[in-house]
Amino acid sequence: MKKIIYGSIILLAFLHHDWWWWDNSETLVFGFVPIGLAYHAGISLASGILWALAVVYCWPSELDDVQPVNARASKNGGKA
Amino acid sequence: MTQLLIILAYLGLLLILGVFSSRLFKGTSADYFLASRSIGPFLLLMSLFGTTMTAFALVGSTGATFKDGIGVYGKMASWSGIIHSACFFIIGIKLWSFGKRFGYTTQIQFFRDRFESNNFGLLLFPILVGLVIPYLLIGVMGAGTTIEKLTGGALPDIFPAAGVGPAARAAGAIPYAYGSALICIVVMIYVFFGGVRGTAWANAFQTIVFIILGVVTFAAISDKLGGVKEATAMVQKHNPDKLRRTVRENDQLTRYKGDVKVYEKRFAAWKNKPESQRGTAPNKPVKPHGIGHLKFLTYMFIPLSVGMFPHLFQHWLTAKSAKSFKLSVIAHPILIMLVWVPCVLIGVWATSAMIDGKPIIPYGFSNPNAVLGKLVDSSTGPVLGGLLTAGILAAIMSSLDSQFLCLGSIFTNDIVAHYAKDGSLSDKQRLLLGRGFVVFIVIVTYLLAQTRPGGVFTLGVWCFSGFASLFPLVAAALYWKRTTTAGAYACVISTAVAWVYLFAQAGYGANREYLFLDMMPVATIISVSTVSLVVVSLITRPPSTATVEKFFGKA
Repeated sequence: MKKIIYGSIILLAFLHHDWWWWDNSETLVFGFVPIGLAYHAGISLASGILWALAVVYCWPSELDDVQPVNARASKNGGKA
Repeated sequence: MTQLLIILAYLGLLLILGVFSSRLFKGTSADYFLASRSIGPFLLLMSLFGTTMTAFALVGSTGATFKDGIGVYGKMASWSGIIHSACFFIIGIKLWSFGKRFGYTTQIQFFRDRFESNNFGLLLFPILVGLVIPYLLIGVMGAGTTIEKLTGGALPDIFPAAGVGPAARAAGAIPYAYGSALICIVVMIYVFFGGVRGTAWANAFQTIVFIILGVVTFAAISDKLGGVKEATAMVQKHNPDKLRRTVRENDQLTRYKGDVKVYEKRFAAWKNKPESQRGTAPNKPVKPHGIGHLKFLTYMFIPLSVGMFPHLFQHWLTAKSAKSFKLSVIAHPILIMLVWVPCVLIGVWATSAMIDGKPIIPYGFSNPNAVLGKLVDSSTGPVLGGLLTAGILAAIMSSLDSQFLCLGSIFTNDIVAHYAKDGSLSDKQRLLLGRGFVVFIVIVTYLLAQTRPGGVFTLGVWCFSGFASLFPLVAAALYWKRTTTAGAYACVISTAVAWVYLFAQAGYGANREYLFLDMMPVATIISVSTVSLVVVSLITRPPSTATVEKFFGKA
């Protein structure tokens, strides 16, 4: 499932480059939104949906229970 | 006067919120810089969204669309939706986990540890601060200008008209110096008292304000233009190039032709003046040329900057748990859509909207960023004008506050506390220093903004490009064990060299249309930084086993 979701996000990035609507100013969605804009608004919605699926199926659950390490950081950093 | 009262009421509400959030303050430096890692999903979403969406989301998006058409949404907004969430998911959560495990407060602390180099912090420090400062200046200058331009007539007895030409101030308008001071003081107060928690609450409030006002403005303007269908039909008739990403030979280009006529008149008037009185020649309008495929594609690199913004790093570390990120990952692209789509439509409509046969935005109008204000002024009343001004200021302040706080944190933690003798700084001293640095940075930014450095607005996209080009550094630090100290140095140095070279090629930002090999310069810089990091890492000594085990676990 993880591979499908990550693959879909990469596919979405490819679909973002919509050369098929590049020269279209005639088609209007709902009678007023130019198709090039409506398509990219759709990309934003699809992005939200795909990231929601990623949150469900690709969640790094090992990070849900992170605890502080007592001995604070090394000699170089973390000297907060 | 109505607009000024609305602005003052809005700033008053913000201060009340600041006082409220300061009541939750626990009095420790960990609470001041990281809200004791207690921020839940909703506040985190609002903080991240408010911080990443600057005034550009409202004013700049409308102006850019007015100039270049709907392609602006695809270039900037929908790419940001995909990439920002990817950064939160892939970079943010992992950094939060290291921050919690090892007690980091700043990016530099993490990189010093990960790359086993104390001096790496000294290399990164001026670069991060140098890239944030122009961003801060843009905010403060934008706030001062917005207040001055939109409060004309408010207090004519106190502030008479001043100046000539585009820099003229209308009678009664709050002068730039006072407006920018007012914004700096309000932000400083809630950041000073509330720290990052105050910032999160203020951002939540401000983000809600500018989302709602964007939608309300859209509804009011579309109504005045005879409805949404009529407004788009006018664009199809007069400037159809704005509804696509190409220009056809038979396009009307009504606006361009109108701009050319005005230019010719202005140019003739300029030429007829004696040479000593001419000043700068008027700018010739640029003929619409569509958007190239490579330019459109390579805009995808710009939102990677989110992975390296120090102020976002600080917000990530405030999360209560990894689960707090879930809402931000999902909702961020949708919020971007909610803010940007109305603004883009307004920008497109503004090209062709007419009343009694005359364009609402006059031909020869040379400042695209003022299009939204002009449209609101001409087609709605002072109440909506005042509310929109409050919305613009909200967008500006919701980025400014995080940047002020983050610079205060970097100065305190990465410089003073880091080089102080072990344990010589008490928590109270650290808190005092943090607050002191916030005040210092606000004052310095304010003073710099009073010089009105003209070129600073052109730096915006270059700052984003710089942060984006450092993205390979953070990605490799988190996911590639073999990244070495030398590889990290090579990445940062090569980024700086490539950035400076291309910046100079672009006339130090003066050429706003500058492309390298038909691509956005960031594509080249990020390629250079990635190759340097990989090649140098592969030919130098791998990191110690202890460091690899610390960040990647035992093999």
